[in-house]
Amino acid sequence: MFENLSNRLQNIFSGMRSKGRLTEADVDAAMREIRLALLEADVNFKVVKEFVASSKAKALESEVLESLTPAHNVIAIVLDELTALLGTEAVKIQFSPRIPNAWMLVGLQGSGKTTAAAKLAYRLKKQGHSPLLVAADVYRPAAAEQLEALGRELDIRVFRGDGRDPVGIARASLQEAVDKLCDLVIIDTAGRLHVDEEMMAEAEAIRDAVEPESILMVVDAMTGQDIVGVVEAFAQRVDFDGVIMSKLDGDARGGGALSIRAVTGKPILYTSEGEKPSSLAEFYPDRMARRILGMGDVVTLIEKAQEEATLEIEEAEAERLARAELNFDDFVTINTQVRKLGGVGSLLKALPGGEKALSGGQVDEGAMDRMIVIIDSMTAEERARPSLLNGPRRARIAKGAGVEVSAVNQLVKQYESMRKMLKQMNLGADQVVKKQRPRKGKKGKKHKGKQQALPKARGGGGKGMPDLSSLGLGGKAGGKGGLNLSGLKNLEDMFK
Amino acid sequence: MSWFERLSEGLSRTRQQMKESLNLLLDRSPEVDESFWDNLEEALIVSDFGAPATDTILAELRDESTRKALPDASSVLALLTEKIAARFATAEQDLFELCPVCVLFVGINGSGKTTTVGKLAKAGVQQGRKVLVGSADTFRAAAIEQLDIWAERAGVPVIKRERGADPASVAFEVVEAAERDNADLVLIDTAGRLHSSDDLMRELAKVVSVTRKRAAAVKLKPLPVKVVLVLDATTGQNGLAQAREFNARLDLDGIILTKLDGTAKGGIAVAVSEELDLPLLRIGVGEQIDDLRAFDAQDFSRALIGE
Repeated sequence: MFENLSNRLQNIFSGMRSKGRLTEADVDAAMREIRLALLEADVNFKVVKEFVASSKAKALESEVLESLTPAHNVIAIVLDELTALLGTEAVKIQFSPRIPNAWMLVGLQGSGKTTAAAKLAYRLKKQGHSPLLVAADVYRPAAAEQLEALGRELDIRVFRGDGRDPVGIARASLQEAVDKLCDLVIIDTAGRLHVDEEMMAEAEAIRDAVEPESILMVVDAMTGQDIVGVVEAFAQRVDFDGVIMSKLDGDARGGGALSIRAVTGKPILYTSEGEKPSSLAEFYPDRMARRILGMGDVVTLIEKAQEEATLEIEEAEAERLARAELNFDDFVTINTQVRKLGGVGSLLKALPGGEKALSGGQVDEGAMDRMIVIIDSMTAEERARPSLLNGPRRARIAKGAGVEVSAVNQLVKQYESMRKMLKQMNLGADQVVKKQRPRKGKKGKKHKGKQQALPKARGGGGKGMPDLSSLGLGGKAGGKGGLNLSGLKNLEDMFK
Repeated sequence: MSWFERLSEGLSRTRQQMKESLNLLLDRSPEVDESFWDNLEEALIVSDFGAPATDTILAELRDESTRKALPDASSVLALLTEKIAARFATAEQDLFELCPVCVLFVGINGSGKTTTVGKLAKAGVQQGRKVLVGSADTFRAAAIEQLDIWAERAGVPVIKRERGADPASVAFEVVEAAERDNADLVLIDTAGRLHSSDDLMRELAKVVSVTRKRAAAVKLKPLPVKVVLVLDATTGQNGLAQAREFNARLDLDGIILTKLDGTAKGGIAVAVSEELDLPLLRIGVGEQIDDLRAFDAQDFSRALIGE
């Protein structure tokens, strides 16, 4: 499988660093990697070709090659180009004075229209609108029921009309909105193939019947090369205004976003990234660019950490951490937090160069679970003061946790190395993520107050302390490899 | 109409496009020159084969055509057809022919699991089998209602619980009901989930293991449990990551490729089938009940290349 792009580029460029100057052949090698990364991300073949050619031309400009950090410059050029192509500024949908405004969702089967419609309604309701969801998909069994159930959960009105004629339902929904004092209808249409003449004509008919202020196309982030033909056909027939990319909470790189921009010029407006109704986010071209290239996304990770409601380290704990005096209670807390962010593996991957650090071996998240089992067998006093752990105590703990004494010893060693790591990091108290307490400097500046809702996993533990029953004990529940306690060691190495 | 004609008809749009692109190749250069290879590369990548698989296929193809001294472009394309067909893992037997059998359908959101279950239930009834469907998708709004409608159309009983119920317990009840009523084709729909969601994948692993355990306890006749990944043909390179993860967690038995009636070529299925050694069990080429068809690598590949 593909290595991470930043990793591969770093490999190429680290060989060049000694030369201090890039040649055209070097740039060619880098461009080959970029081409592969884009294809892997499902960017359309032709778009890739054009993109690589133009990036190469830019990279070959003499000031780039002769600069002190040519490798860095090449990456920057590619990122900039990609971001620019994805759209440099956020596009907002304009409302018209008409009551109600109408938005219409179109797309292929299974792209996520119904879910997106509900999320959109939820978002607009929060912004003070009074949306009416309209079930104009009369073909898929129980599509209207699905919309109705979602509407009930979100306390949003749903209009089903006669459940037979999509055009009639859409038209009638405008009057329904007036009667029910709604200022906006969001029409969920049936999934249709772009080559299905009859269905495309129906979409046009719905459009002509309601003259929507905005037509949004919902596109699955996992779609492959075919996306170009699909969006071209939809652009031609229904002429949509913008795109909602769905299923971006997966690990698909979503290169289709680039293809859509390149082929139709239509903006990506929202990304849908999770099961929760709040998981419809504005589109950020720079983040998308990094994602498509398979580069780490530190900003998203930081935001994820900040938004994760359960991620609260108490003041006192933060102070202890700052002085590298953590005890086993903190150890458990930290491990739980790390897990909430997707485990050490995903944390590492999100850091630049992290993929490289990981390449030595898989981080075994299950190892964390096993440590927590051991810590649970300690007394409260032992957890607070790890220095108490002498031989007999360790033997008792091992027995309680059902492990060998050596496992307890290993844990203590781990704990020591984590302490050392904290010392090395010279962690200031304000660098530790705390309760959402605004602090001077840093934080506010970095995020410009953008508070974007991020997905929370369906299921999983509650707030506060870890739900131990949900951790797979004694198995390789979350991990992929064998027992590998070097995970934290890697983390430690990262910060050296 | 022969089987091949029906498949070709379903795949006609796909074929049309690929054919156009390949005929273009032939028209432009009946000679096997560099531009022929470049165009072939484009054709494969645009069909979602992925860059690594494309590279491998083309390298082998080049090598072999030189060795065999193939005279022209069309003979190279004929060889390509064979090569693509050979990459699919082969099924020892059609697991839907097993009697009795219990099949769980898994996959990401919107890949077409519920619809596939509905179509298979109908097909099973037509073959005179005793079909039972179970709705273990207790998460998505109206998923149960959707399956209900399909079951009603097929005229088969459906085991369901309220939304939000534990899906593993539904699966348990389905197998229990199957044993009680002597059902011999048991189809269980599960909630769509992204392979990258650890919690949901763990939940699904539990559903599968509970089903396997309960089925192992069936007395009269052993009830084998099979797990099938439903993959949308429009899926790009992420399809491989999906299949790998589902396979690692659940030990899959096969793939059903849906939505081949559009223009998507489903090239990712080749990589998935080959890498994970999973046979394609059915392909979906339309909305109608009998548009879910058996898969034949030769025909598929031939229809794809448009020979």
